Amino acid sequence: MAKSALFTSSIGKKFLMGLTGLFLISFLIVHASINAMIWFNDGGVTFNKYAHFMGSNLIVRTMEIGLFLGLILHVVDGLWLYKLNREARPVKYAYNDEGTNSSWYSRSMAILGTLILLFLVLHLANFWVKTRITGIEQFGVDAEGQENLFAVMQAVFQSPIIVVIYVAGCFSLFWHLLHGFKSAFQTLGLNHVKYNEAIAVLGIAFSIIVPIVFALMPVSILLGWVR
Amino acid sequence: MSELNSKIPEGQLQEKWQHYKEHAKLVNPANKRKLEIIVVGTGLAGASAAATLAEQGYKVKAFCFQDSPRRAHSIAAQGGINAAKNYKNDGDSVYRLFYDTIKGGDFRAREANVYRLADVSRNIIDQCTAQGVPFAREYGGLLDNRSFGGTQVSRTFYARGQTGQQLLLGAYGALERQIGLGNVTMHSRHEMVELVTIEGKARGIIARNLITGELEKHFGHAVLLCTGGYGNVFFLSTNAMGSNVTAAWKAHKQGAYFGNPCYTQIHPTCIPVTGDYQSKLTLMSESLRNDGRVWVPKTKEDSEAIRKGTKKAEDIKEADRDYYLERKYPSFGNLCPRDIASRAAKEVCDEGRGIVPSGFGVFLDFSDAINRLGIDVVKARYGELFPMYQNITNEDPLKTPMKIYPAVHYTMGGLWVDYELMTTVKGLYCLGEANFSDHGANRLGASALMQGLADGYFVLPYTIGNYLADEIFVKPIPTDHPAFVEAANSAKERSENLMSIKGKRTVDDFHKQLGKIMWEYCGMARTAEGLTKARKMIQELRNEFWSDVRVPGELNEFNPEFDKAGRVADFIELGELMVIDALNRNESCGGHFRVESQEGGEAKRDDENYAYVAAWEFKGVEADPVLHKEELKYENIKLAVRSYK
Amino acid sequence: MKFYLKVWRQKSDKVAGKLVDYTIDNINADMSFLEMIDVLNDDLIRKGEDPIAFDHDCREGICGMCSMYINGRAHGPHHAATTCQLYMRTFRDGDTIYVEPWRAKAFPAIKDLTVDRSAFDRIIARGGFVSVNTGQAQDANNIAVEKASAEKAMDAAACIGCGACVAACPNSAAMLFVSAKISQLALLPQGGPERTLRALGMIDQMDKEGFGNCTNIGACEAECPKEIKLTNIARMNREFLKATIVEE
Repeated sequence: MAKSALFTSSIGKKFLMGLTGLFLISFLIVHASINAMIWFNDGGVTFNKYAHFMGSNLIVRTMEIGLFLGLILHVVDGLWLYKLNREARPVKYAYNDEGTNSSWYSRSMAILGTLILLFLVLHLANFWVKTRITGIEQFGVDAEGQENLFAVMQAVFQSPIIVVIYVAGCFSLFWHLLHGFKSAFQTLGLNHVKYNEAIAVLGIAFSIIVPIVFALMPVSILLGWVR
Repeated sequence: MSELNSKIPEGQLQEKWQHYKEHAKLVNPANKRKLEIIVVGTGLAGASAAATLAEQGYKVKAFCFQDSPRRAHSIAAQGGINAAKNYKNDGDSVYRLFYDTIKGGDFRAREANVYRLADVSRNIIDQCTAQGVPFAREYGGLLDNRSFGGTQVSRTFYARGQTGQQLLLGAYGALERQIGLGNVTMHSRHEMVELVTIEGKARGIIARNLITGELEKHFGHAVLLCTGGYGNVFFLSTNAMGSNVTAAWKAHKQGAYFGNPCYTQIHPTCIPVTGDYQSKLTLMSESLRNDGRVWVPKTKEDSEAIRKGTKKAEDIKEADRDYYLERKYPSFGNLCPRDIASRAAKEVCDEGRGIVPSGFGVFLDFSDAINRLGIDVVKARYGELFPMYQNITNEDPLKTPMKIYPAVHYTMGGLWVDYELMTTVKGLYCLGEANFSDHGANRLGASALMQGLADGYFVLPYTIGNYLADEIFVKPIPTDHPAFVEAANSAKERSENLMSIKGKRTVDDFHKQLGKIMWEYCGMARTAEGLTKARKMIQELRNEFWSDVRVPGELNEFNPEFDKAGRVADFIELGELMVIDALNRNESCGGHFRVESQEGGEAKRDDENYAYVAAWEFKGVEADPVLHKEELKYENIKLAVRSYK
Repeated sequence: MKFYLKVWRQKSDKVAGKLVDYTIDNINADMSFLEMIDVLNDDLIRKGEDPIAFDHDCREGICGMCSMYINGRAHGPHHAATTCQLYMRTFRDGDTIYVEPWRAKAFPAIKDLTVDRSAFDRIIARGGFVSVNTGQAQDANNIAVEKASAEKAMDAAACIGCGACVAACPNSAAMLFVSAKISQLALLPQGGPERTLRALGMIDQMDKEGFGNCTNIGACEAECPKEIKLTNIARMNREFLKATIVEE
């Protein structure tokens, strides 16, 4: 077994899942922090400032490519693992009481991930396509004359259906993270009796806080909490 | 008697093995590659021998009936393994281990073998530690020892309560390494059903592939039987369900003498039988007797009340309890040797003072220890054992006394072997529990693991060269040789016979009946009258078996019921031999207790007439076997009466 | 007690299997699960039917041979116990009980409840040992081993190789089994010199056998009769990463 095992072996594959997963988690932190600027309730001025920075900075734009690559790797690797794992049990149990030995969401990472992916398609169409490709000039500028991504948000989240989908997406994210966060550490071998508890607590906190922050955005806009 | 040559080397006891090794013939590496060795059984003895021989360069074929070599019943040994390391600085030595083993065996073992065993015991610990066996350690990082089985020194190495498992997995790892290197071909789910001899030498085996039912022929320049003990002749024992005598019995029928078949060890602390459905008896570690006190009520009436459930153990007042071991053996008390404790339990139960519904059970009470040490200390000391007992019996031994009764545990008898571990068939060796050699009439605790590994790692690999050195010119014999064909045909015929009976009774039916006969008449107390009767009963059972057994399924498929039938057929024949041997040995020694031979209620050995190994030659199923005696000469120690009073 | 059993019957790996219904009565609560099957088999044989083939040997929870998936659980509902350590008192009178074999591509069927677990042996043959020939060893006390490490090694070494981890894992992954052996030897100085080769070899073989991939679900740990911990898998991951990234 050569060193290529790092990429081809079962552990290599899960290593890739863990790494890309942590990378995407780091993105979530940035994304959630910037979006939280809408709660300055200043007509989106602060938010737009940071959004503009993210959209124009060369380093950030380069990293965006990395982000997409990471996402694609995470998705492809995940689906590949899913396929291999299905094949590893050609005959299913007639009766399987899995609920007693594991949590449903840990067994449903592929489904949750797929739901998140579907949500992402909508999400990218709503925002990324507009800002990066078709342009958002028609939404005008904000009080400080900046490109008004905040206005795009306000427009999109006028639809209760979209908001419901976003909230549902956040639920998927919550469960995906609830397992994925600590799972990534375990996969990378970052497991130590002294710190396991801390990682677990941090993972739960992260899985709750980040999706709530995300879910509150469309809700806040729909209900007019931010203007 | 002249033909029984034990080949014990000349010289001082301490120098015999060294001298042997220095003078035994060697096989050069180029020739080792040409020599094929068959190893049947892959427990401690088999796995260690197969691995070591392969390391040396021989071509090895290994066989086991389980699905993997890692499952052999060596795995179940709990307590530990003895070795004369003297790490505790408490005065242990090779000589002391040797002496304790001979004395424990009630002076019925061969001096030279036992000394060699004690000698190589030290190498075993080194070897196993190097393999990564996680022995218990002290805080300083060095190996820990405990005292076991009433010895006065601490020489027992252990890995929690799973010593057998860890040692076996070490040997299994060594074996798998050689399989991976291509030096061993492993045949799991295979059972040896016939030994092939050509011109008086063992040259191979016929093995049944248990998955397909195919009878395979395998050649070997030598054949090693490492197939364990035959305790399952009693149906209920602490052995695994698959443990059997078949390979050894086939060899016996091909000319290998059977040594001391009546020597069986009955372990005093097992969970009593509760019902007829029961398939197996579970051993509770002997260490429990360190703190547990064995008792029954003084009166039959109280016992009767407990059996019926109208009284509980707690209702019996201290003054009404009979702590019979402490009463009879004040100096050793509850810690007296296994055979003595077992017989004492039988006695009180035979008097009608047993405390389980069947009448066969006594209390093992921890309440004094709990009062003295506190419940936490007791719990910590017997960590896994109490929950294990509770799981099986649904009773908490911290609240109510354990119920225990003796059960068949180990067989000291086995195929007769000489100093080189060769049987009376040239080129056929026997290792571990399957041979008769080292434990005399009673085995000490933590010595079985030692013997299995000594034979496999350190004895046989030296002695086999002495034989194979003269075999290097023998080309592998093709398996279409008439001897192979004949052996395969006889196995086939026997199998077809079994299948064609299509009688009314199941294999287990017969096995249970055999077990009851053996337990009743050839168990803890044996009489000439009972044994004579038992022999007749077994013969009748054999006839009935061969005319009324029902074996379902087909021959050419995975058919565990058929495998069982073949084993039970052999057990029935072995049972008769055990009874014959027990009848012949009109003395009490170790695990063999003849009611006629006692003094003051204690077992009485007869050194004048019975200081010999009884090696039985097979003469036909219907014919009487012929007794050959190997005189036991004690040149270094004086025979003494074992007293634990 | 009376039970309604649904038992997986399959003549061989060449034909498909199915669940067959059996009703069994007069079962004593103190019987072990396997003894209950013994009684059923006895009955089947007397009726001229084919008894149920199942693996079992020591019947005291150490050999690792017994392997039944009972009511949707590996080794049944009893925690930290093998099938042979499961007693009928665990069930209620009149219960319906499903009995299936371990199911995984890497554990092909043999007959009924018996499967072929030799994949585990082949994994061990690729490095689950220390390469020390008989007679080479130095005195056992020449190397001191920290007690805590020795205890952890023993925790991992307690594995009986039954395959419950694979059976319970939704992905049919064998990582708990493999990691237990890798951990045991990684925790002891004796295993040090070969740790790179061991990790690479055993994991390579594990993949070749067709086991699934671990996604850290934890069903293996929950169902392991010897309570082998997931921390072993993390340790194996470290060993693997070290072997592929750090080692030359």
